[in-house]
Amino acid sequence: MDVLVILIPLSVVLALLAAGMLVLMSQHGQFDDLESPGFSVIADDDRNPPPLDVDQGAPAPAAQQSAALNKEHFKP
Amino acid sequence: MNAIAAGLDLPGTTSTGVPPQTYNYRVVRQFAVMTVIWGIVGMVVGVYIAAELIWPDLSLGLPWLGYGRLRPLHTNAVIFAFGGSALMATSYYVVQRTCQTRVFSDRLASLHFWGYQLVILLAAITLPLGITTSKEYAELEWPIDILLAVVWVIYAINFFGTLAIRRVRHIYVANWFFAAFVLTVAILHIVNSAEIPVTLWKSYSAYAGAQDAMVEWWYGHNAVGFFLTAGFLGMMYYFIPKQAGRPVYSYRLSVVHFWALIFTYMWAGPHHLHYTALPDWTQSIGMVFSLILLAPSWGGMINGIMTLSGAWDKLRTDPILKFLVVSVSFYGMATFEGPMMSIKTVNALSHYTDWGIGHVHSGALGWVAMISIGSMYYLIPRLWGRDQMHSIAAISLHFWVTTIGVVLYIASMWIAGVMEGLMWRAMNADGTLTYAFVEVVKNTYPYYFVRLVGGLVVLSGMFVMAWNTWKTIRAGHPVDAPIAALHPA
Repeated sequence: MDVLVILIPLSVVLALLAAGMLVLMSQHGQFDDLESPGFSVIADDDRNPPPLDVDQGAPAPAAQQSAALNKEHFKP
Repeated sequence: MNAIAAGLDLPGTTSTGVPPQTYNYRVVRQFAVMTVIWGIVGMVVGVYIAAELIWPDLSLGLPWLGYGRLRPLHTNAVIFAFGGSALMATSYYVVQRTCQTRVFSDRLASLHFWGYQLVILLAAITLPLGITTSKEYAELEWPIDILLAVVWVIYAINFFGTLAIRRVRHIYVANWFFAAFVLTVAILHIVNSAEIPVTLWKSYSAYAGAQDAMVEWWYGHNAVGFFLTAGFLGMMYYFIPKQAGRPVYSYRLSVVHFWALIFTYMWAGPHHLHYTALPDWTQSIGMVFSLILLAPSWGGMINGIMTLSGAWDKLRTDPILKFLVVSVSFYGMATFEGPMMSIKTVNALSHYTDWGIGHVHSGALGWVAMISIGSMYYLIPRLWGRDQMHSIAAISLHFWVTTIGVVLYIASMWIAGVMEGLMWRAMNADGTLTYAFVEVVKNTYPYYFVRLVGGLVVLSGMFVMAWNTWKTIRAGHPVDAPIAALHPA
């Protein structure tokens, strides 16, 4: 089973790369806050009230956007 | 890394300093439409070969309609064309929305879409012609393999490029799952498809005998883990919270889920080769890793379902949420059944029987297809400027026919599988086999028929979806949503 000489080290290297990524990302603070990211995602309003054509899209005013999502997503 | 640093928490700027105005929904739309189309194509082929198992004459004596050639077409079409398109549509949507930035490159996105469709088209032509490497789930011959590798690298550049130019500091957990899917599938494909070309359409694997089998199932089961699981978990972690309007039950657990799955998945493959020429210790390692996998799988499954805590009532009225949550329930079932079947003594009964087919379809139809369908129903109205799908009742109908069809399918295959396993191993007192193989085949006919009915029912739901999608798109028009100003986390 010579091929295991490739497959096992390859898996170990991949696991080490993943471990390295985990350490690197925690050092960069990716996992410091594990509460609010869940809320930010549902706060991002992706529904379609302001219809915009593909080529003429302009960002909606920020105040209007955040008012809309506060109303929708942060009910008491 | 500079791009990341420059993009951190700076509203309205990117590394180029010019704020892009809209998200690229075009590529999402393209893959979303193809998800529906390839879903129908793949399932039509599946139903046809299911019927061939009952009525072999259905091949009409034509070699390219034979079961042996159409079966890989079915698996490639449903996994890579249907599932792949769903993964690509959702990953482009999720990475853009959660990073609050337009995709890294529109040109690469377009190239990715057309390149991937070309791979699928070539598969649909070559497989019925009998052009195949004969490696399960990796049947495509070497020129198509190379094309796929190139297309996949384009996808990877575009996906990771989008992560790099993100405008929010945190990388949402769904993106980690999509990233693992993109990266690992590239490695699996390249290692497993190492082959020596003889002619344009014929090659030999770089590995031989049991070695080839080991590489094949190292690839095969990791494809289950990273193509059919990780990517779709990315969908789960985005679309269930979005549709339920509630954050993930435990965001902390979702991060633990990701890393636990990544570290434990790589060595489950040998459970496909129990009691073969593979060294016994390798088989045992495969079994042990498969058993360990139950923990992260169920952690994630519970996290997905519990996201509905406090909003369970929505399940009564929202058929999209039904699709998403029932899919996660099937994920829980399949990830319990899988480790159980990997136990050597259970495998001695279940291997080579239709139980395996039942297990695969509870994962592929119950989990993969249902979460993809739910995600498409979420996406399609948003991509074409509508509030919701044309008909909510049709989504509900689709949900029920799919659920009934899947249950018919897997229940019949479970019964057939256990029956086959028991009949094959039954022995007389003098050590001879009690049943001839053909007697077992005869006894599976009723179950094959129920399976065909189940498949037809699931397929009928896909036609409902196609109609609903058509009506939704016809009444809407393509919209690229504006990128909102960043709001504080």
